[in-house]
Amino acid sequence: MEGIVYLYVFMLAAFTGYEVISRVPVILHTPLMSGSNFIHGVVLVGGMVTLGHAETGTQMLLGFVAVVLGAANAAGGYVVTERMLGMFKAGNRKGGA
Amino acid sequence: MTGQWFIHAAYLAVAVVFIFGLKAMASPGTARKGIVWAGYAMIAAVIVTFFWPGMQNRWLIVLGILLGGVVAWRSGKKVAMTEMPQMVAIYNGMGGGAAAAIAAVEFARGEMHGPAMLVMAVLGALIGAVAFSGSCVAWAKLAGKMKRAYRFPNQRTLNIVLGIIVGWLGLGIIVDGSPWAIAIVLFFVVALVLGVVLTAPIGGADMPVVISLLNAFTGLAVGFEGYVLQIPALIVAGIVVGASGTLLTHLMAKAMNRPIRNVLFTPLTGEAQEDAQAIEGRMQETTALDAAATMRYAAKVIVVPGYGMAVAGAQHKVWEMSQLLEEAGVSVSFAIHPVAGRMPGHMNVLLAEAGVPYDKIFDLEEINNDFAQADVALVIGANDVVNPIARTDKASPIYGMPILNVDQARNVVVVKRGQGTGYSGVENALFYKDNCRMLYGSAQEAIADVIQHVKSMEG
Repeated sequence: MEGIVYLYVFMLAAFTGYEVISRVPVILHTPLMSGSNFIHGVVLVGGMVTLGHAETGTQMLLGFVAVVLGAANAAGGYVVTERMLGMFKAGNRKGGA
Repeated sequence: MTGQWFIHAAYLAVAVVFIFGLKAMASPGTARKGIVWAGYAMIAAVIVTFFWPGMQNRWLIVLGILLGGVVAWRSGKKVAMTEMPQMVAIYNGMGGGAAAAIAAVEFARGEMHGPAMLVMAVLGALIGAVAFSGSCVAWAKLAGKMKRAYRFPNQRTLNIVLGIIVGWLGLGIIVDGSPWAIAIVLFFVVALVLGVVLTAPIGGADMPVVISLLNAFTGLAVGFEGYVLQIPALIVAGIVVGASGTLLTHLMAKAMNRPIRNVLFTPLTGEAQEDAQAIEGRMQETTALDAAATMRYAAKVIVVPGYGMAVAGAQHKVWEMSQLLEEAGVSVSFAIHPVAGRMPGHMNVLLAEAGVPYDKIFDLEEINNDFAQADVALVIGANDVVNPIARTDKASPIYGMPILNVDQARNVVVVKRGQGTGYSGVENALFYKDNCRMLYGSAQEAIADVIQHVKSMEG
């Protein structure tokens, strides 16, 4: 039963992703790709849990790799996105909203 | 669950903030807030995870976070805006690699029960590994470390054979449950090779679509590993990115008139040229002085910037020139093709960096009818996206791609380094038109010259 519940989570998340992005102006496509790149950096949490429960040397090594890569994904994704979005400033016509 | 409830409540909050953050990023005014919220959510998720029951190796975790985080943070701060696409590619690849590594640990542990969990683990591992090696290739191409598109003999057969091998190995892992270590290693090796083989033949012009697709892949891989680890926040964040990334990929491919299948399996080449229409006329050169005069005494100028301008670092000069022209009473706007630069919206970022307010910047649909009323269209370092052949010549590989109707302006000035063709290798019919003048030279110097001449015309 629990497995089916997770499949519902999959389905609803997929619809959410589609809806959230469907009304994005073209000018934000690159920052948005970068921003979603940052969000899947949450894989870092998975890497932490994996390394935190590693038992053998191999598991520890692979878990460590996962943490390093996940942290790089999250940190790099954040910096790049934030830099890009920091550059957008409004002119007079449309205002800042 | 006892004692864990607060961790899971925190993860739920994190997932909600991620979704709101993504939504905020959908509008220019709130976009920056969106990423900052998501950033705090990520920090919260990391801190909470330290309290997960039975966590060991805490110092190793801290070390790993610092190592990966600091290196990526510093490289992300340093990188120039023009090199942004390859940075996104490489960070994305790291996320895919992390998902694959998590799956590898789960295989090694061999405690997964139930076919659903094994299927998810194998799929996540496969997609993550392909995203990792594919992103590395995409990075190498965009960073100019791998100039050519490598075609393997019997490319299509090779793809299929590798796909079958990796599928068979994956199925073996699912059926067996606790397979030999050698089978797991082989599975990952073949998956990594598949990522390389799939991306290596793809030309630079199609890279934006590929990066976007790999981004969606990584999202899916993260979602699947979230299922294996039973962390719903990972499922939600991963699948949201997978779905939105797929939509974004589709939008990009549509803008380029390159169905995703074609991008992956039939790379653009100049070969289709043989029965293409011959172009008549000849290219006519102009000087910076003439170009300056044409624009200074025009009523309406539309600037069409391309990646060539960004590479030359000329966007600041172009904006300086635009301001001069505006002071002289000329209306100046910027027309951006959906795939100008290396990714959709990349050119907007580059112009924003130079200080151009975004209400002067227009999309293809918004501005395409205005070219007929424009006195001058100034094309700087753009090529394929203004080629009228895309409208007329069915034999051309770029036929059907939406283009900016620059040729309808009264005068066209093209700033270009030399007489070469664009990324697709297709001759540009625009350059041979009667109303088109070529201004040769690097964008930086050419525009600087134009600025000097415009200044000398004041008063």
